[in-house]
Amino acid sequence: MPDVELFAGLRDAVAGAKSVQVEGTTIRELLQNIAREYPSLHKRIEQGIAVAIDGNIYRDDWDQQISEGAEVVLLSRIAGG
Amino acid sequence: MKHDSKFTNQKFKLVGTRVTRPDGVDKVTGRALYGADTFAPGQLVGVILRSPHAHAKIRSINTKRAEKLKGVKAVITSADLPDLTNGDSELYDTLENCMARGKALYDGHAVAAVAASDAETARKALKLIKVDYKILPHVTDVDEAMKPDAPIVQPRVKTKDKPGKPTNLSLVSTYGHGDVDAGFEQADVVIEKSYKTEQVHQGYIEPHACLASMGPDGKGELWVTTQGQFAYRNTCASLLGMEISQLKVTSSEIGGGFGGKTHVWAEPVALALSRKANRPVKLVMSREEVFRASGPASSTSIDIKLGATRDGRIVAAHAALRYSGGAFPGIWAEVGAMAAWACYDIKNVQSVGYDVIVNRPKVAAYRAPSAPMAGFAVESTLTLMADELGINPVDFRLKNAAREGTRASYGPTYGPIGIAATLEAVKKHPHMRARLGKNQGRGMACGFWFNFGGQTCADLAIGVDGTVALSVGTIDVGGARASLSLIAAEELGIPYEQVRCNIADTASLGHNDMTDGSRGTFSTGMSTIFAARDAIKQLRERAAKVWGINAKNVTWKDGKAIASSKGERKSLTLKELAESSANTGGPISGHNQVVADGAGVSFASHICDVEVDPETGGTKVVRYTVVQDAGKAVHPDYVEGQFQGGAAQGIGWALNEEYVYGDDGRVQNAGFLDYRIPVCSDLPFIDTQILEIPNPNHPYGIRGVGETSIVPPLAAVANAVSNAVGVRMTHVPMSPPRILAAINSSREEQALAS
Repeated sequence: MPDVELFAGLRDAVAGAKSVQVEGTTIRELLQNIAREYPSLHKRIEQGIAVAIDGNIYRDDWDQQISEGAEVVLLSRIAGG
Repeated sequence: MKHDSKFTNQKFKLVGTRVTRPDGVDKVTGRALYGADTFAPGQLVGVILRSPHAHAKIRSINTKRAEKLKGVKAVITSADLPDLTNGDSELYDTLENCMARGKALYDGHAVAAVAASDAETARKALKLIKVDYKILPHVTDVDEAMKPDAPIVQPRVKTKDKPGKPTNLSLVSTYGHGDVDAGFEQADVVIEKSYKTEQVHQGYIEPHACLASMGPDGKGELWVTTQGQFAYRNTCASLLGMEISQLKVTSSEIGGGFGGKTHVWAEPVALALSRKANRPVKLVMSREEVFRASGPASSTSIDIKLGATRDGRIVAAHAALRYSGGAFPGIWAEVGAMAAWACYDIKNVQSVGYDVIVNRPKVAAYRAPSAPMAGFAVESTLTLMADELGINPVDFRLKNAAREGTRASYGPTYGPIGIAATLEAVKKHPHMRARLGKNQGRGMACGFWFNFGGQTCADLAIGVDGTVALSVGTIDVGGARASLSLIAAEELGIPYEQVRCNIADTASLGHNDMTDGSRGTFSTGMSTIFAARDAIKQLRERAAKVWGINAKNVTWKDGKAIASSKGERKSLTLKELAESSANTGGPISGHNQVVADGAGVSFASHICDVEVDPETGGTKVVRYTVVQDAGKAVHPDYVEGQFQGGAAQGIGWALNEEYVYGDDGRVQNAGFLDYRIPVCSDLPFIDTQILEIPNPNHPYGIRGVGETSIVPPLAAVANAVSNAVGVRMTHVPMSPPRILAAINSSREEQALAS
């Protein structure tokens, strides 16, 4: 079960927890499970987040695979100029 | 469909060459059409009435006299842009920024607009609109806005820990890892320093301009200078209550954007005017309006604490970053907090971003948004620390540079990255060994930006003569048409000149995300590769049909379909296949849509030499070098141009550019005469060195290059100025009065000490 690290406002949604443990073999599965198990994070996810898997940041590609033991980090979705 | 976007180390024939730009002739002859350059029969002139107050309640707006003026066809207020945002707070902020709703939030905030038959009539009508304001206390300084008794700009923004209490502090964001307090305990040297940066504008030469046309049937068209025709369409349609398919948006040539044209400003107003007047409306913002009412970058106030051991290892780092978002909530400080320490491998690190609302224009992205200010504070302190430790600043940075496997301060662990490579290149660069003259100083600094990809698609149509029309949905803000044509030609095996790249309107191609985050060449390049390969698959099939063989036995090489059977080698060129396409299945075209994620982070290191006049504080950059990782430079001229452009803008930010506000909260210098961006004569030729460390997530190894180069200059110049005058500069811009004051203050301190 991946240990999903959270940053900034995402932690506020789970009483300051630095990480949550959620199943998921793709970003889609992961986010669906987070939304179900942590409803307080659901709105934040809907507002837009990014998921970093082993250092690569994904903003839209929900089909991206999460391999066993991968580092998974949820970040704010930011844009550039 | 999922595509394999992994780097393949493909050998290139065209990619990497310096071909002639396709838009050059049009641009130097004036044939290129920008936002203000199109006309429609019966078009009206749109103008906007703006608040003369920094903060004021709008008691009433009387438009009757303006409406009666001959030639006036429509007058609108916020009542003509009803709230259709359905709880979407970000969209509501955009709506309120386009037209004040009961309260003017900054000097220049739109309060009403007029469409008239000519500009003179329209301007006369503006003077006939009577707005009854009640002036409210204002706050424009980011630190002042955080004080408990500060005027509240947006009452709907509430304090989290005191429910119901309004606040100007819209967001607090914390990033980092380790135990910062314990880290500082291990430090032999701890340096704490505070910095300020002033609000700057992107300074694009072309102002916001559009031609909006809404028909009585509810269909609309918008010609506009923008970094994202699809995003503009979606936002405008949402604000006007239209189905997005009923609004066709065409992007004009763009005279600079740098992030400032990723947000709508006057376009929904122009559409609303057109809808009310039932005539096309052209709306072109004046330079003054661009400064007063379109998005600048944040002003900031930043505290840095850095701890290191005597051998040069950083053991703890902390940053508190306060960023103004203008009159609306933003995530600018959060982005600054994420970027602040990203260049370095630090075990105990924390950065806290405070997003603050003030009575200033709504902040917009500006090239690596928020990173330059954080970089200024961090990189200045790093050089202070290196000096304190007696270590060469490049060696100090190299010792602490993030590498593959480093845990980034914003969370993830890095894959292959190029910060150390840029520092090694700086160390070896002849610039670092060049002798300095009198009153000259040298500084260097590093910079980081995330880079992004996003939703992208491309169409590649092969004409019956075998030439190619490539349609893309990201705009050409930095040479995309040349780079993408090179990529298409490379894949197809045809000359570059046989590809014409066109920027598609929103009715001609699927959705493409905004052209931001340095994504144009990265993501549309990826989509172009896959679209070309889709076309090649069809070309192979057509050749197989001609030869009566299985397409599996046909390969594509050097612009030809090739088959070998029974010892006989056969080939058909793209031209031959295109000419016969009517008889082999019809038109041949390739298409691709992709979510181009995995853009890969970007790093740069800059070297700057300045000469400071000790009598006036005037500073001239005498030499400047940019070293940056491009992954793969598709068109090196354009890559170098991006490096140079970012550096030039960063130098302007460092030395001259700032919004000056009066005590009344009004902008005092809304024009290029008093807001001085650097011109050619202010700058030396900016040297560049392109490093090519392939991005593993792109078939060609491409990384975005458009933004990172604006991050290091603030600190590189500050370090050089401090090196020249012996005084640490902590306030950007380092304008002559600030430098002179710092020199005089230092002299007075030295005199007192002696």
